[in-house]
Amino acid sequence: MSEIERYIAPTELAEAVEVLGHGGVTIVAGGTDLTPQINEGRRSYDATLMNIQRVRELKNISLENGEIRIGCLVTVSQIRYSDIIAEHAAILCETANCFASDQIRNAATIGGNVCNASPAGDMIIPLLVLGVSVELASWKDGAMQIRREPLNKFFTGPGKTIRHENELLIAVVFDQPSDNFVGQFRKSGPRPALEISTVTVGIGGDVRDGKFENVRVAFGAVGPTPMRGTVTEAALEGKTLNEDTIQAAVLAAGQDASPIDDIRATTWYRNHLIGVFTEELLNNVCQN
Amino acid sequence: MSVKTELEFTINGRPVNIEVPVDMTVLNLLRDMLDLKGTKYACGEGECGACTIEVDGMTINSCLMMAVDLQGREVMTIEGLSKGNALHPMQKSFVDHGAVQCGFCMPGMIIQANYLVKKNPDLTREEMKRGLEGNVCRCTGYTKVLDAVAAVVGLRG
Repeated sequence: MSEIERYIAPTELAEAVEVLGHGGVTIVAGGTDLTPQINEGRRSYDATLMNIQRVRELKNISLENGEIRIGCLVTVSQIRYSDIIAEHAAILCETANCFASDQIRNAATIGGNVCNASPAGDMIIPLLVLGVSVELASWKDGAMQIRREPLNKFFTGPGKTIRHENELLIAVVFDQPSDNFVGQFRKSGPRPALEISTVTVGIGGDVRDGKFENVRVAFGAVGPTPMRGTVTEAALEGKTLNEDTIQAAVLAAGQDASPIDDIRATTWYRNHLIGVFTEELLNNVCQN
Repeated sequence: MSVKTELEFTINGRPVNIEVPVDMTVLNLLRDMLDLKGTKYACGEGECGACTIEVDGMTINSCLMMAVDLQGREVMTIEGLSKGNALHPMQKSFVDHGAVQCGFCMPGMIIQANYLVKKNPDLTREEMKRGLEGNVCRCTGYTKVLDAVAAVVGLRG
């Protein structure tokens, strides 16, 4: 096991980002993914351990000028009980409610769930449905620079993202959904929580005059990364939801997903669930 | 050896000032450095809840939390729940309902149950089940555990 040579716990964001710029930094926040990965030998510490939990400004959820911003250190519990999120993006509360256990929700951060980049990362699915972007901060020429990238371009493989080693994911941001927005999330598993997802599906869009518009569909645990279902989105965009359009979407969902056989389920079963959940969620949208 | 850092926090109302290795978990700090062995190590990966403690009034798995993150915070472990030899009402209810068998999961179970009732004094039985889903018990079958918690919130078993 590699040795930690330096420990730092900044209170200012700029300091945290500057430290990252020197390279060789392991970031710790809630610890719920990092600790087991270290214990199992799947990961080792870099020379510097940086605890970012004291950077207070990263712990807030805000709504300003039509944009919702969730700081990277916001916990899954905070999202579950946030009034702003409940009012404008209830799909996130719903997902938070199915995420792990109370004890893990109280510690796990949204930034950690996104950066861990598990194909089965639960919170990522509603974030894709909401069309969020991530803010990545880095230190350049003596100042902090921030770039924004859409979340659907963020993941490159299991545990892999476009985030550079010297960048800190500081927030997820998205436009306040319209009053017509309906979002639905479904996760597989025999119990609501503490279950690594076999399949997750999220669907959202605006229901206007009986038509489904600005549709976003996301699938989890059915490919190497959490993904947008572009074929399904195209099948649904601008359509009136009825038996025919829903069945067309179910077929499209099968084309979007490329699940594997693994310890949790077979390819056949995952494909089956994708269809069942897509149909179920679209029926729910109809009822809203 | 990893580098160390000095931490100040309170544990069960008592201030602590201690130097810890920066890669230590809260659970190891409690058991190995502070001799508070009520909090149990079982799965070590956040699945079972035996190591549940409260930090700043929120329950967490102490096997997953880094000790360095305790700086300036308030910790409560099972040792902080009773007053001397007088059991806390939640502990007494577990005893009265026969909800404890081997007992290994109980410190975590009781800390989590107490947290749920503090957060919501009108807890329903369904909410208890959801709230305790992160605490695994291999002896009791949970029914008596739920009866014990229900008695504290005044529900009939």
